[in-house]
Amino acid sequence: MPVKTVLEAVRDALFEEMRRDENVFVLGEDVGQRGGVFRVTDGLQKEFGEMRVLDTPLAESAIAGVAIGAAVRGMRPVAEFQFADFIHPAVEQIIDEAARFRYRSNNTFSCPVVFRAPYGGGVQGGMYHSQSVEAMFAMWPGLKVVTPSFPYDYKGLLKAAIRDNDPVVFFEHKKTYSLPSAKQEIPAGDYIVPIGKAKVVKEGTNLSVFAYGMMLHQSLQAARTLEQEGISVEVVDLRTLRPLDRETILNSVKKTGRALIVHEANLFGGFGGEIAAIIGEEAFEWLDAPVRRLAGLDVPAMPFALALEEEFMPNPAKIAQGMRQLAAY
Amino acid sequence: MRSINEPTAKDRKVTPTQPEGVSQPATSKWQELGLSKNDMLEMFYNLVLARTLDERIWLLNRQGKTAFVISCAGQEATQVGFAKALKSGYDVVWPYYRSLALAMSMGMTPTEVMLHQLSRAEDPSSGGRQMPSHFGLARLNMISVSSPVATQLTQATGSGYASKLKGDDKVTYTFVGDGGTSKGDFHEALNFASIHNLPVVFVVENNGYAISVPISLQMNIKDIAERASAYGMPGVVVDGNDLLEVYRVARDATDRARRGEGPTLVEAKTYRYRPHSSSDDDRAYRTKEEVEEWRLKDPIIRFERYLEEQGLISKEGEQAIRVRAKQAVDEAQRYAEAAPAPTPDTIMRYVYAEEGQQ
Repeated sequence: MPVKTVLEAVRDALFEEMRRDENVFVLGEDVGQRGGVFRVTDGLQKEFGEMRVLDTPLAESAIAGVAIGAAVRGMRPVAEFQFADFIHPAVEQIIDEAARFRYRSNNTFSCPVVFRAPYGGGVQGGMYHSQSVEAMFAMWPGLKVVTPSFPYDYKGLLKAAIRDNDPVVFFEHKKTYSLPSAKQEIPAGDYIVPIGKAKVVKEGTNLSVFAYGMMLHQSLQAARTLEQEGISVEVVDLRTLRPLDRETILNSVKKTGRALIVHEANLFGGFGGEIAAIIGEEAFEWLDAPVRRLAGLDVPAMPFALALEEEFMPNPAKIAQGMRQLAAY
Repeated sequence: MRSINEPTAKDRKVTPTQPEGVSQPATSKWQELGLSKNDMLEMFYNLVLARTLDERIWLLNRQGKTAFVISCAGQEATQVGFAKALKSGYDVVWPYYRSLALAMSMGMTPTEVMLHQLSRAEDPSSGGRQMPSHFGLARLNMISVSSPVATQLTQATGSGYASKLKGDDKVTYTFVGDGGTSKGDFHEALNFASIHNLPVVFVVENNGYAISVPISLQMNIKDIAERASAYGMPGVVVDGNDLLEVYRVARDATDRARRGEGPTLVEAKTYRYRPHSSSDDDRAYRTKEEVEEWRLKDPIIRFERYLEEQGLISKEGEQAIRVRAKQAVDEAQRYAEAAPAPTPDTIMRYVYAEEGQQ
């Protein structure tokens, strides 16, 4: 099996799905000739032409609206937002329109669209090229929100998202696009990873860590450090935030009795609060310690200067420290 | 009607001209437009039916039987004219919340409208989930509409793009009020549609007010259609209360789109007789005299007089159409009032596709 980066896995999924179904088309800023600012869509236009790999005007609400309109007409659009930071003008379309088409029409219309958005920091992207905006979308019924971590899942989940009959917001952590430690051997051909299933990527007995994206990779690194210290950490890759795999989360907590949630979006109102609430409500009797959250700092967005960026972000050392404290509670 | 942009040679060709020195025109305007007597009477019925139903739901609101009403009274000619020009059930329509006469002329029955208005389980637009006047009907390709203004415009552009990708010759129509043209979506939708020469007809029903805000505080131009030139598409102003003129403009824009020549922006100047909604009180922002002045330009009376002048209808014929409309509305109301409300146990359905559904 070929070794692939996250970026190559996303690209492979797009190529394969566009070959499989002529209703699939890609639109966004710079996705065509340039092949995307991150090069995710590189080569697509050459194979599928300008119509199916469409360079749009710089207008995010239109990117979403056009994709929604085409989806309602039976197409399978994959809309790219160049950075998750720039998705905000499209929020009305995604939340008020895409997420509600099926419900508001009592199942007579549907909107099978995928909104792809590179997110996350640690790349000196500053305040407007680093944001993690997943919680804002995960709160809306009608949307599915996918946040893979490994190439195998990126490919299988993007294929599942494109074939899904409801709108999916698909977040790609930009720092992991070419991250060497995230590379994986993945099958060359067609396979699907179902939306809505978390995965235990490292088994452990002393505490559970829940994360996704770059934080998942850092949590794994921290867990390996703690292994040397005799603390056994279970790491759960959430993979999908909505629908959330409560069963895998609760099973893990019931096994270890301790839970740490890590995300780089800021703490207050972040997705970690939802997981903590679920654990508090449904696994309280199994807990040996309070649920802990480690997250980005509560400042408006990630600052640019390296020292400030590092201060904002969780990292393997901070995560390892959080794990130690929780294990010692 | 006048074109803001330079008309194309083809546009000129379809404009009927009166030969000089001929005292009596060989044919009337409706005949020149290729309409039959039946077409004319059908359009009259659609006008009357929409108005009758509109007035009835207002009464139902005052009787406490429906919580919210949006009226299209005054704007019927624009909507009936467009409905006549499009292929209902084939072409694609992104309406807005004032599109009652459009929906009914396309084939949404009075009973279907009443079921929607009274939020019954059988409401074909939303199963009672949306406020009234949020139309949508799959069999007519009339797409479900929301409350945020102008979001439908970029979606209509997407529908046009889908037609281009599929290679079909469907025309997409979308309707919006004057207020909606102030939103960024208006710009984004028209710009995008024009870049790709998409088969989309954008129709602005300019009734002079966005709730209370007059057009003078909405924009600093006389005609919204002027904006079309900035996007490289034709912009057409039409008297929205002149049914035949609306039909002519709608047909020309349709033909242009179907021939693959791209989008058109149509501005129909019209007026709404009722407040913005049953929750509004228009006495706060416009005078009774102004409303009365527009009442004199009622598109339905105007069309009725034209039918009389043309000898297409008798007084008895008019009366028969009014009775037919009233009976249809009575029957719709009877059915819908007796129909069950949605049951609470359905609330969680269709958040996502259910097993095996598209």
